[in-house]
Amino acid sequence: MPVLTFHQAINAALREEMRRDERIMVMGEDVGHVGGVFRVTEGLQQEFGEERVVDTPLNEIGIVGAAIGMAMTGIRPCIEIQFSDFIYPAFDQIVNELAKVRYRSGGQFSAPVVVRTPYGGGVRGGHYHSQSPEAYFVHTAGLTTVIPSNPADAKGLLKSAMRSEDPVIFMEPKRLYRSMREEVPEGEHLVPLGKARIAREGSDATLLCYGAMVPICLEAASRAAESGTELEVIDLRTLWPVDIESILASVRKTGRVVVVHEAPRACGYGAELVAQIAERVIEYLQAPVVRVTGLDTPFPYTLESHYVPDAQRVLTGVQRVLKY
Amino acid sequence: METKVVLNPEDLRPTSRFLRPAHYASNGSNGMVQMLGNEGSQATRQPEIAAEDLRAMYDWMVRVRAFDTRMVNLQRQGRIAFFVPSTGEEAAQIGTAWALRPEDWVFPAYREQGVALFRGYPLDALICQMMGNAQDYMKGRQMPDHFGTPRIRFMAASSPVGTQIPHAVGGAWSARLRREASVSVVYFGDGATSTGDFHAGMTFAAVQQLPVVFFCKNNGWAISLPYAKQCRAEHLSDKAIGYGMPGVRVDGNDVLAVQAVASEAIEWARSGNGPVFVELITQRMGPHSTADDPTRYRPNELLEPWKQKDPLHRFRSYLEGRGLWTEADETRAWAEADARINAAIERVEPVGPPPLESIVEDVYAEVPWHLREQLDELKREG
Repeated sequence: MPVLTFHQAINAALREEMRRDERIMVMGEDVGHVGGVFRVTEGLQQEFGEERVVDTPLNEIGIVGAAIGMAMTGIRPCIEIQFSDFIYPAFDQIVNELAKVRYRSGGQFSAPVVVRTPYGGGVRGGHYHSQSPEAYFVHTAGLTTVIPSNPADAKGLLKSAMRSEDPVIFMEPKRLYRSMREEVPEGEHLVPLGKARIAREGSDATLLCYGAMVPICLEAASRAAESGTELEVIDLRTLWPVDIESILASVRKTGRVVVVHEAPRACGYGAELVAQIAERVIEYLQAPVVRVTGLDTPFPYTLESHYVPDAQRVLTGVQRVLKY
Repeated sequence: METKVVLNPEDLRPTSRFLRPAHYASNGSNGMVQMLGNEGSQATRQPEIAAEDLRAMYDWMVRVRAFDTRMVNLQRQGRIAFFVPSTGEEAAQIGTAWALRPEDWVFPAYREQGVALFRGYPLDALICQMMGNAQDYMKGRQMPDHFGTPRIRFMAASSPVGTQIPHAVGGAWSARLRREASVSVVYFGDGATSTGDFHAGMTFAAVQQLPVVFFCKNNGWAISLPYAKQCRAEHLSDKAIGYGMPGVRVDGNDVLAVQAVASEAIEWARSGNGPVFVELITQRMGPHSTADDPTRYRPNELLEPWKQKDPLHRFRSYLEGRGLWTEADETRAWAEADARINAAIERVEPVGPPPLESIVEDVYAEVPWHLREQLDELKREG
């Protein structure tokens, strides 16, 4: 099995799917000739030509809007928004159009577009290269929101997203692009959408996380194990529609939950998880659910390492649920 | 008799004489392509359209006006909740629709009922959409006038202005990728030219040289905002130059000029020459919608000159001048149009609303767990 970095695994998924399905095209800013600012699409234009791998003008409305028109008429665009911080100009096209094509046309049209976009901190990118806007898309009916946490899942989830009949917001933890390397299955490796993964089993408390927070939570779990505390780490993989059964099963087992994400806290994705748990399994809880998240501030530059949760902050959250 | 009407490929190059005002001057007033005189009986050039087709063209304009009038009445009677009238824009609709082939794709705004009917949107289904009932293709999911169906390659309109413009560009792009010789046309108004979506669509279409025709119905108003407060450019067609595509102005109340310009623009795009921007000069004779009161912002006398330019009146005068239309034809056309609409209303008005279950369908390809759960909740609580 080849050992790939995160960004190489995504590249492999794109390449394999483009070979398999000639309806797929890739477009975005700088994705063609230079292979993207993170080189995720490197070599695709050389293999598939300028017609299927397109450097677009600098306009997110155009990228998403044109992809919708293509998808409604039989093409499968997999588009890149260079940083998720730059996705907002296309917000109307994503929320009002992409997500709603099927519903508002009575199921006559659909728009199976994959919107790939790097998100999150850890690269000293400041406010405009570090945000985690996933909650907006989870809140939007009609979208599937996916965030992988490792190279093998990145490949398998992206391949599934590209075969989905629904639009998928596929957010890539940019800090892991080159920092994480592991064995990735070759060929037909599909990870189903809507299925979480138990990244580590444990019985004392549950950590609910996704994307770049998964390695942080695994690190926290290793450290906790040294003092005899066994944490269960659930990697959600698909944020919405979320794998509710896996979450509930873990909560029933541990009775203690910490939700971890780097996005701001207020109305963040974790709030929905807390509400779901409270509505369904509150009788199993031994302690209030704790959220370890980014702050409700703009994303800071110099103080970034204090803003993004690390293993120590996760462990502090764990102490709160254990000692309640 | 000169039959070649307006455009030739040489004319349509952005740098060619076609974009020079001097060239327009020979085609009409103020750089606007025109064939019918304001009174209609004269035509500066004769169309390449058979007599029977000219009669059919007028007949379609009558049907669109009749539909419009009837739907406004239905709204006033409380039988539909809302309507977006297109009276005054019949030539802009039928003239452009006439120029399309069945394989072409239409990305409409919400004032294109005539284009839809002409392309074969069933009258019953269209009225079902106005009523939002169980037989509406949209399953009652959208307000009146937001209709569409792939059966006639006519996309479902959305309310935010201009969002369909980049979709049309994607449609044309898709056709090229799929090696389909179709053209995508997109309709929008003067207000849409101020949106980011317009800028995105024009930019992408020109850079990629896609087979798109932009039909901008400049009807003078974006709800209450007059053109002068929307745009400082003398003509919207001037904007095309900045994007690197030909821009043409045509009298949007002159169905022959519209058909001629639209045909050449569409065939220009189909032949791989890239996109064309067509500004159709017209006037929204009614309100923005049945929820709007234009007397609050538009003096009635402003409409007087436009009443003289009524697209039906002008074309009818022309047909009568050529002996192609009589008073009896006129009476018959209106009677038939009204009868068809009334029969359709009678058939579809008893149709009930869509089933409750449909509220959670089509959000995704399959209904996910949380929506099944929410539907169950609704049924228990309801």
